Amino acid sequence: MSETKNSLTALAADVEAALGRRRSRSAAAISWIREAALLPVLVVLLIVGAILNSHFLTVSNIITGTGGQAAALGVVVVGESLVLLIGGMDLSLESTYGLAPMIAAWLIVPVAAFGDGLLLNPYLGILILLAVGAAVGLANGLLIIKGRLNGFIVTLGMTILLAGIQDGIVKGQAPFNLPTAFGYLGAANFGVVPVSLIVAVVLFVLTGLFLRYHRIGRAIYAIGGNREAARAAGIKVDRIRIGVYVAASVLAAIGGLMEAGRVSSVAPDQGYGEGIIFSVFAAAVIGGVSLQGGRGNMVGAASGVILLGLVQNLLDLENAPNYWIEAIDGGVILFALILARVIGGEASAE
Amino acid sequence: MSEPDIPAAPDPSPAVEAAGIHKRFGSTQALRGVGLSLLPGRCLGLVGRNGAGKSTLVSILSGIYPADAGEVRFDGRPAPPLGDIGAWRDRIATVFQHSMVVPGLTVAENVFLGRQPRRRGGVVDWRRMREQARKVMADWGFDVSADAPCANLTVEQRQVVEITRALAAGTRCLLLDEPTAALERGAVERLFEHIRELRAQGVAILYISHHLEEVFEICTDVAVLRDGELVLSAPLAEVSKDSLITAMVGEDQKQNQQRSSERAVVSPPPPTPSTVAEDQRLTLIVDGVSLLSSGVLLSGVSLTVRPGERVGVTGLRGSGATTLARIVAGALAPDAGVVRLGEAVLPPGDRSAALRAGIGYIPEDRQAEGFVPLLGVAENISMTITDRIARWGFVSPRRREARAAPLARRLSLVSAGLGQPVRELSGGNQQKVTVARALASDPVLIVAITPTRGVDVASKELLLAELDRITTQTGASLLLASDELDDLVICDRVLVLVRGEIFTEFAEPPFDREALIGASEGLPAGRHGVT
Repeated sequence: MSETKNSLTALAADVEAALGRRRSRSAAAISWIREAALLPVLVVLLIVGAILNSHFLTVSNIITGTGGQAAALGVVVVGESLVLLIGGMDLSLESTYGLAPMIAAWLIVPVAAFGDGLLLNPYLGILILLAVGAAVGLANGLLIIKGRLNGFIVTLGMTILLAGIQDGIVKGQAPFNLPTAFGYLGAANFGVVPVSLIVAVVLFVLTGLFLRYHRIGRAIYAIGGNREAARAAGIKVDRIRIGVYVAASVLAAIGGLMEAGRVSSVAPDQGYGEGIIFSVFAAAVIGGVSLQGGRGNMVGAASGVILLGLVQNLLDLENAPNYWIEAIDGGVILFALILARVIGGEASAE
Repeated sequence: MSEPDIPAAPDPSPAVEAAGIHKRFGSTQALRGVGLSLLPGRCLGLVGRNGAGKSTLVSILSGIYPADAGEVRFDGRPAPPLGDIGAWRDRIATVFQHSMVVPGLTVAENVFLGRQPRRRGGVVDWRRMREQARKVMADWGFDVSADAPCANLTVEQRQVVEITRALAAGTRCLLLDEPTAALERGAVERLFEHIRELRAQGVAILYISHHLEEVFEICTDVAVLRDGELVLSAPLAEVSKDSLITAMVGEDQKQNQQRSSERAVVSPPPPTPSTVAEDQRLTLIVDGVSLLSSGVLLSGVSLTVRPGERVGVTGLRGSGATTLARIVAGALAPDAGVVRLGEAVLPPGDRSAALRAGIGYIPEDRQAEGFVPLLGVAENISMTITDRIARWGFVSPRRREARAAPLARRLSLVSAGLGQPVRELSGGNQQKVTVARALASDPVLIVAITPTRGVDVASKELLLAELDRITTQTGASLLLASDELDDLVICDRVLVLVRGEIFTEFAEPPFDREALIGASEGLPAGRHGVT
């Protein structure tokens, strides 16, 4: 009797395992397709661009031009992706992207260039820029996690507040004449490759490896995937969430430094006034980072950034009518989103 | 609707009559031909274990679900069509376990919710509404201000508001679904006063409770549901407590009990000397732990779990057994009291610190706390030990799998590979992941809450045997909170909690199923030979 029962149980287990294996093998294939979901789109875009404009597919355009422009946005996307992965949402990154370089530049440049006349050492200025980023992130994190306030509203209020300060300290002027050291990250080139692009790529790769292999990186996926399960497993959920907000804001400050160096001044509307947060979210989500948390990776986020950068560049090259450029931009975002969803489905937690 | 016009019959007809009610949910037959009647001026106690069909019957009598077969009649007339909620509410009012009061509105507004007195043009007549609410309260001797916002009321006062709402609608039939679950002793007494008053005025009451004590105190009749069938229905005076429990548990269950206690004697191997050094074996001391937040109640519970000892805590839902276990695991912070493991005082509500102190935790609800669905089997199992397997903070998938594989094998976990997302596993295998995650950290104390809930019989026995084996082998102690008596078989002693306090202790196995159930219901042990 009991032997029959045992062999039946064993059979059932075998069947379940076999079914599971098949499911998993197809799942592995699907996940590979997802990883590369945007690759064919990028290839098509490059071909179409090359046909439309002979300047498009050149090293100076793709690497030096588009690469330099997309690098600043890309660094902010790394930060936003981290926040999205823990199941949060940070709207204030765009203002940190403007305010942090603004405060630094304001302290560095002379009064004639709309500074405050302190003439701070530019290296010290970069430290201050990083500190502003960290402080904003810490404020967000404490309000959201310790103060139990809604993250969307906290960062919405924060983004408006910071943008107001950015505008207020310089009374709407744009500090210029940035010292070389301060602008180096955004302005310098290493051969044909902008330094900002190199730094952005390094940040993408390091963050990707950190997320995939470091215990804190894995904890980020666990927290985003099921916060209470992570807590029950002894993960220090609150500390890591606050840390992620700090890291994201520091990254946004670095992105802002790149942009300031690239245009060699800090516009009072850099970030918030340009509404870059929409591009940031679009790049992350097109790249498969889930707004629900716990899902997405740096490969996807990077391809989202590249896609948006190339489209923007092509529109510039083609002299798209100025009044229509935003409509085209928005249409492309929606199209890319639908395409990514159709090809890729949902991204995995790797 | 016009009861006053009907001359009162000398022999009262039932206010509610249910006959031959059948209800099936999927493959579960929740009710099989249940019939009962509520008479004006009587209070019928409805009892039965979890899953016996009480809630389903309440829902059908309240017009929430349709019955598959059978009929509900009010005052001899057929029930209104399903969906006509207003018509049902005129005939029968249900006070549910969870408050259905809108906290943002005043008492008067809640009493007349959805049926506010209006003036011409549909404007709410506030003055009349307040006056009528005050009048109903005064008529029934309730003492709650009609203008008070309900958010400020106690649980007891909210119940009064709900009862008043029913009475203001002219309802002469009340269903009270575990009304005392969140009440303190004094409030229970006052509720009983109200029930007696309502009965005296000819209201028919159905009183659902897990606490048999209360049923004996307040009810005039009793009905017992078991596995969807009405197995007993009689005036209370003719029923003894023992026969009531037997009716709830059933004869076949008693045989089961016999079998499981035999198993208990056979299965644990003789205690072997521990492989763990003596100084690592720590005593758990819980000292005066209290929690008084909404819904859960725990008052001054103290207990000691010696090294290697396996202690079960059980009780009805809301008794505090689960809450106690969560506090020990660091998943919940108590209002007062201390949890110590050996010399160390554990910081309250800090799961991470409890883990470092050596407490493994199998949470109650695996979907909510047991695993991260998108992550793989190995990653979930090793989630408690990433600090130990990481080098410079980095965890290689290979090391992860090397730690997870033996546990997965030991628990016969079936998956398509240790990288398979746990989301894709069956419920039983998901539970094994949750258990493996707790065992991975080599705990000195395992806190397990209903570790076998929702798994099939074979997995259930395997999980229990494994908990039994691992505690015997490593000398780890076990605190097992469960309302499934089969789980408690592996324990050395069992504490029964009632209303947040330790009610009694069963000092050695085998544990008598009936005695455990009786104690859970708050019945004094007496004949059960309890220490």
